Amino acid sequence: MEFHYHIEGGDFSRAGSASSEIKKILKQLNVDPRVVKRVVVALYEAEVNVVAHAREGEMKVALGPGVIEATISDKGPGIPDIALAMQEGYSTASPRVREMGFGAGMGLPNIKKNCDRLDIESVVNAGTTVKMTTFFTG
Amino acid sequence: MKVHEMIQPLALVACSGQQGLDREVSGGYTSDLLSDVMGHAREGQVWITIQAHRNVIAIASLKEIAAVILVRGRRPDEETASASDQEGIPVFSTPLDAFEASGILHGLLNAATTPGEG
Repeated sequence: MEFHYHIEGGDFSRAGSASSEIKKILKQLNVDPRVVKRVVVALYEAEVNVVAHAREGEMKVALGPGVIEATISDKGPGIPDIALAMQEGYSTASPRVREMGFGAGMGLPNIKKNCDRLDIESVVNAGTTVKMTTFFTG
Repeated sequence: MKVHEMIQPLALVACSGQQGLDREVSGGYTSDLLSDVMGHAREGQVWITIQAHRNVIAIASLKEIAAVILVRGRRPDEETASASDQEGIPVFSTPLDAFEASGILHGLLNAATTPGEG
């Protein structure tokens, strides 16, 4: 099973709607609530990163036996130094975004904590692809 | 403890999402950083914050937060109130600041979980 959602850059009024749809689907499919909680945190952070930094993006979630694989790819500025971006507290968010309570430099660390495998590929001035994998039993 | 039981002790004004007044409160979390709440708040907690925009409800819904308390007289904007109504997550306004509101809620929760000491 595979689900696709479009994410519009800069549109904070809709931020979280793709993650919310995925959450509903996973609950309907009776995925363990603890797994759903982790996946939702990681998805939301990745979705907000697209809204806050990129022009547009796509969230693709594939559900297989015992595995959820989510790929969030965007067209945007890219990340010049991924290791630096992974550090808690590091952020390049705009003052406007920070005033809303985003941009605390906790997004990527939250993603890492809430999935089992994280791969980030980025090309400066082109875009970023974040792939997160979560394994579960039952 | 139910959500509506916080109204009097915390001087709350119910702004929206009133169909959720009977939700059960399991604890509280106080933060204005959205990723902090996303990463650390737990289901059934009350979220105390000064942030009053629409994304607060998106997070509250994803995290299954019991209710949101806006401090120092902040009120939800129209978008936030309508999202709160849709999700059935109550949003309250209190004249108290985050420290005072958290202290009172902490006391209420302790009294609710340790009968005889309240």
